[in-house]
Amino acid sequence: MGFEVIFKGKNFIRLLEGLGVALKISLVSVIISIVLGMIVGMIMTLKNPVIRAVSRIYLEIVRIMPQMVLLFIVFFGFTKMTGRNISAELSSVIVFSFWGTAEMADLVRGCLTSIPKIQYESSKALGLSRLQTYVYVIIPQIIRRLIPLSINLITRMIKTTSLIMMIGIVEVLKVGQQIIEANRKSSPHAAFGVFAVVFLLYFLACWPISRLAGYLERKWT
Amino acid sequence: MDEILKIEHLTKKYDDITVLNDISLTVKKGEVLVIVGPSGCGKSTLLRCINNLEDIQDGKVNIEGKTGMVFQSYELFPHMTVLQNLMLAPVKVQKRKKDEVKKEAEQLLERVGLSSKKDNYPAQLSGGQKQRVAIVRALIMHPEVLLFDEVTAALDPEMVREVLDVILDLAKQDKTMLIVTHEMAFARAIADRVIFLEGGSIIEDTTPAEFFDAPRSERAKSFLRTFEFEKVH
Repeated sequence: MGFEVIFKGKNFIRLLEGLGVALKISLVSVIISIVLGMIVGMIMTLKNPVIRAVSRIYLEIVRIMPQMVLLFIVFFGFTKMTGRNISAELSSVIVFSFWGTAEMADLVRGCLTSIPKIQYESSKALGLSRLQTYVYVIIPQIIRRLIPLSINLITRMIKTTSLIMMIGIVEVLKVGQQIIEANRKSSPHAAFGVFAVVFLLYFLACWPISRLAGYLERKWT
Repeated sequence: MDEILKIEHLTKKYDDITVLNDISLTVKKGEVLVIVGPSGCGKSTLLRCINNLEDIQDGKVNIEGKTGMVFQSYELFPHMTVLQNLMLAPVKVQKRKKDEVKKEAEQLLERVGLSSKKDNYPAQLSGGQKQRVAIVRALIMHPEVLLFDEVTAALDPEMVREVLDVILDLAKQDKTMLIVTHEMAFARAIADRVIFLEGGSIIEDTTPAEFFDAPRSERAKSFLRTFEFEKVH
């Protein structure tokens, strides 16, 4: 079945290292996305028509454009255009953050506008200042709605890192392919076993995160 | 008795639409004023103007002290327990001591029959229970005037009574209250004075007995008729 090649030499360690690369790129992108997404999301609630149009276009581009095309544009396109070399890792962080910021901003915007106006009014009726209303009433509610949703975004990012091997990054899926190639003679049917292990590794990385999101969602709603 | 609320020539407009037209009204300490009228007559807007939730275009609102307001949709803070809901404003706005506020919150909850719910979240309470907590949340700020904006309108019929009983109890303690309601029997029982509002103007300002038994204006008569039903057979 091909499981025998997993523990041959340093193969298993290499797979774990590949997973580490994927997780590192997702983690950096997620942090950037959350910070920028909060800011962009708040800006998107403004009623200015220019801001609305620009954010609309941004969201649509991210939704319509496959992430792989974005990766190619940044990694190959920019390098050719500007003559400057952007590393594959940096390209993927740029693309994942560009994508994640849009998703996060949309979530933040949704949460902000979903707090009913009368929650602000009842706070005012109790004598809370604007700042106190935000600190004690509005922001805690937004965070509770936002955390499960942004955790889901993290798992989607981890899964989507499987694309970055297309611009030459050796992450877990690429390591899997390399192992299969290297053992083609001795274990011609290694593909099933190797990819099954890759699947398992993705699963082990994402499952606890997605469970956590589910738990928080149940706890807070 | 002292005047606690004085409204002079209050006018409220949304763009071109006049919602309240030259309202003048004086409320004495301890008075229970019930405001009735058809939907859209400006009853709720009047309360919101008194409470400074709406800006007004003309006139003056003078209150001796603070107001507390209870809304139709309760508006408890969903991420806080009952006790936290009650303690937030006294501690953060009035800077009172936590222990003292907690003690008072527990006493008031006891009074409205909700002692056992103090650590529950709003989502775990029924509509009537939420509304009683919302009343306590307004009371604990020690307002001089309490405003009730159709507080039973969103409740199941069997929960209306438990909320109205709490308000009746407050009337017995000589609280000054302005109550907007569609519960005519309740209005009659609790009011010291009834205001009938239509088209943004005060049409009648009288005692409950006179308003319900012998309304003077044709408009009040036809409004009260909408609550009557003829026998079908």
